[in-house]
Amino acid sequence: MSAPDRSGNTTIGAALPRTNALRLLSGRGQYVDDLNPPRCLHAAVLRSPYAHARIASLDVAAAAIAPGVVRVLTGRDVAAMCDPYVGVLKHVPGMQSAAQLPLAVDRACWQGEPVALVAATTRAEAEDALALIEIEWEELPVVTDAETALHPDTPVIHPELGGNLCFERVVTEGDVAAAFAQAAHVVEAEFITSRHTAATLEPRTILADFNAADGQLTVWHSTQVPYMMQWIIARHFRLAETQVRVIAPDVGGGFGMKIHIYGDEMAAVAASLLLGRPVKFVADRLESFVGDFHARGHRVRARMALSKDGDILGVEADDLYGIGPYSGYPRGSANEGLQVSNLVCAAYRRGAYRAVSRAVFQNKAMYGQYRAVGHPVACLVSEGLMDLAAAKLGIDPAEFRRRHYLSPESYPLKLAGGPVLEKLSQHEALETLLQMMDYAGLRTEQKKLRTQGIHRGIGLASFVENSNPSAATYGQGGVSIASQDSCTLKLTATGGVVAASSITECGQGGYAVIQQVVAAVCGVPFAQVKVVIGDTETTPVGGGVWGSRGTGICGEAALQAGKALKANILAFVARLQESEASLYDIRDGQVIRAQSGEEVMTLEAVARTAYFRTDQVPKDFQPELTVTRSYAQKTYNGAYTNGIQASYVEVDTETGFIKLLGHWVVDDCGTVINPLLVDEQIRGACVQGIGAALFEQCVYSPEGQLMNGSLMDYLVPMAGEMPDIEVGHTCTPTATSELGAKGAGEAGTAGASAAVLNATNDALGPFGGVVSEIPVTPERILRALGRLS
Amino acid sequence: MNTPKPATELDVAFTVNGERVERRVPVRQNLADFLRDTLGLTGTHVGCEHGVCGACTLRCNGVIVRACLMLAVQADGADIVTIEGAATGNYDGAIVADLQREFHQRNALQCGFCTPAMLLTAAELVAARPQASREEIRAHLSGNYCRCTGYQSIVDAVESVCRSRSGT
Ligand code: FES
Ligand code: FES
Repeated sequence: MSAPDRSGNTTIGAALPRTNALRLLSGRGQYVDDLNPPRCLHAAVLRSPYAHARIASLDVAAAAIAPGVVRVLTGRDVAAMCDPYVGVLKHVPGMQSAAQLPLAVDRACWQGEPVALVAATTRAEAEDALALIEIEWEELPVVTDAETALHPDTPVIHPELGGNLCFERVVTEGDVAAAFAQAAHVVEAEFITSRHTAATLEPRTILADFNAADGQLTVWHSTQVPYMMQWIIARHFRLAETQVRVIAPDVGGGFGMKIHIYGDEMAAVAASLLLGRPVKFVADRLESFVGDFHARGHRVRARMALSKDGDILGVEADDLYGIGPYSGYPRGSANEGLQVSNLVCAAYRRGAYRAVSRAVFQNKAMYGQYRAVGHPVACLVSEGLMDLAAAKLGIDPAEFRRRHYLSPESYPLKLAGGPVLEKLSQHEALETLLQMMDYAGLRTEQKKLRTQGIHRGIGLASFVENSNPSAATYGQGGVSIASQDSCTLKLTATGGVVAASSITECGQGGYAVIQQVVAAVCGVPFAQVKVVIGDTETTPVGGGVWGSRGTGICGEAALQAGKALKANILAFVARLQESEASLYDIRDGQVIRAQSGEEVMTLEAVARTAYFRTDQVPKDFQPELTVTRSYAQKTYNGAYTNGIQASYVEVDTETGFIKLLGHWVVDDCGTVINPLLVDEQIRGACVQGIGAALFEQCVYSPEGQLMNGSLMDYLVPMAGEMPDIEVGHTCTPTATSELGAKGAGEAGTAGASAAVLNATNDALGPFGGVVSEIPVTPERILRALGRLS
Repeated sequence: MNTPKPATELDVAFTVNGERVERRVPVRQNLADFLRDTLGLTGTHVGCEHGVCGACTLRCNGVIVRACLMLAVQADGADIVTIEGAATGNYDGAIVADLQREFHQRNALQCGFCTPAMLLTAAELVAARPQASREEIRAHLSGNYCRCTGYQSIVDAVESVCRSRSGT
């Protein structure tokens, strides 16, 4: 792994176990539900049983006097204290949505929309009281089919918007009509991805404690984004930001689902503000299924024009997807569509290009960003087209990709739609992958087994992936989410370093990244770096973790802070020694002479002199042993990166069952800080993509009822079904930072579904059937084989 | 004739991590909630409350059970071990400690929400069948949902403890 040269660098790139994992292993983690402050009340939430219905009457009198109940809040109660929100990005032309409040006031627009909140001394009592709320509903017509959502005879969910369209985006480059007119071959398919939910093991949880005496609101929140939450809670409850402290303690998984605003959580905050005591809300699993933001659910009609020699002349994609009844707040529900329209066949010389993406409102659960936002859809379409084209031309799929990758001389390359590809490593990634998996050997094996009636398939999926996003993602759209991050370092009196970083973590290794970068850059032993994260009061301002930004952005801020602290220490020592700072270095907690390695002073002695023996510090010199540095990626909209995956499957053509035999990934995340962390994170992300390919789907009835909203019915991958996943790397550090790290957290999810689908279709090849819808269920396979009609 | 009102609370007495506990508990309270809310043993996690995710796994009279599917009153007289006490004090304790060390070394956890239960489930296998194959390990862990890892590092960690204990 090549990394930029740094003196004393021993911990960047090292496979060190995570310091902060030890307490999780011993059952001493502290998730929000583990906190029980004195006088804490527990909230339960009444939800709409209908996808679309008017509240004809609501009577909470009986619930309000039920045992243990302290307060019942209705939509009107919360509306009186919370300003409504609208989830649009101002830089997405034409994007619209309706105003939303935490609890429904007159009307509920999806099954599961929060309607009332009961705060009681125990959760059981709060749930008992829910049953006493009398509510009369009048059902309204529902919109549950994205395909017909824009038809003139379909009811409009929000009449003030004039239709069910949230936004439409068209990206074009070159003359697509001409490309298809000239084409010798055209391949096309309709790709369908079902709705998913993140299904974090720890459900959404919030504990709000308003102290009326000093006007301070403390919120412990299972969130990826404490600063965003602080801003939103202050803004919508009309508080000063200095009154609001948000703490993200241990967070049991996020995957993008915990970066959105949820009505039940806002209502719990409202209850605490009203009651002046702690109020806790924990979504149970059934509530999570209808309450958490969903994602995906795209239908993409796509086609590719090819010349006689197999050059790609043009690509066309028409993406339609149904979001919830409101665009999500504050990030909007546009980003999946934006990435799909940017990235179809972006890994290749794709010729003329036209992509349309439309998002329509539906009476289904709220919808938004979830791990790899749009990328898995774009990848499924791109790689599906590539395989169809390769098959049509009779070219090996690996060779077909090799021929069409962007040429290494073309970088930086601006894509129609905006993204700039700084520098990709596609050819190298492909060759590394083929070697890792023994592609030629597997092809031979596949062929041999065919003769024995065993049908195996190999699927490849290249992907291009955004990371380290700039203000182009949210800030430019008028959304108050930080795109810069900071790190404050202080030298402790005994020569250790405390790093307060705006990174957060749900277990990805944010703590470890900061610890390793600081230890490496400052020359301090790893064990003597302590990291403070996840608290708006004790860390500098920043964006948190989402969009594959934590390591690349927060890590760079830590690197710059480390350099600054080291420079300050050396300047101080040089002054004490009446010498030049450049003659010194720091290694293992010792200031040394750079040339000879001779020890000059321990960091403890440096700190003691600066803090306790100021009489020994020259009068005109003030050592600064606390420093803060910040970083924002401003060169491109994002530091795009790339990778490739392969899947090897066996399809039982009698039953339609698929067995995963192997999965391989080559990812380019630039500088790797800790391979132990990166590799398993990539595997976990792959498993989410494999889950999407084979099992996961939110099944809705035409009436808008979620039919499989429990962990019993919504299938998630377990250990027994998953293969071993081999991970390799290419390393192209981004030049937008000194650290050179790019995102790694979403890569696995971006490509895994496409690899599995392509492998399945490869297995089905001789039978002539093609599946272009995920999850690839046994039923869909049997249909493709013509065994079911 | 008056039928007596069913009791809403009952007295229970059991051992938790070697300590004797006597309490009056609501009859409808499950064991996971009792341990978490009344005893403050928050290492037992709740992920689904319908017996699927495995996050609430603990040991009751020597076998692993789902604490969300068991009422606290059903534990009367039982010997309960949760993650807080699992790594100390008895024969299996050494297994859990070994697993904790291997999980740490191999980063077999991310958010850690599944981890206490995963450790207890794995310990059962290590104690009973240290010669278990990788496939058997995967099958044994298949009642414990992890959304973060790819399961592979978990399987690696369990396999390594199995191998060191079966002497192969
Ligand atoms: S909480 Fe008990 S199995 Fe999920
Ligand atoms: S580590 Fe997060 S669920 Fe397993």
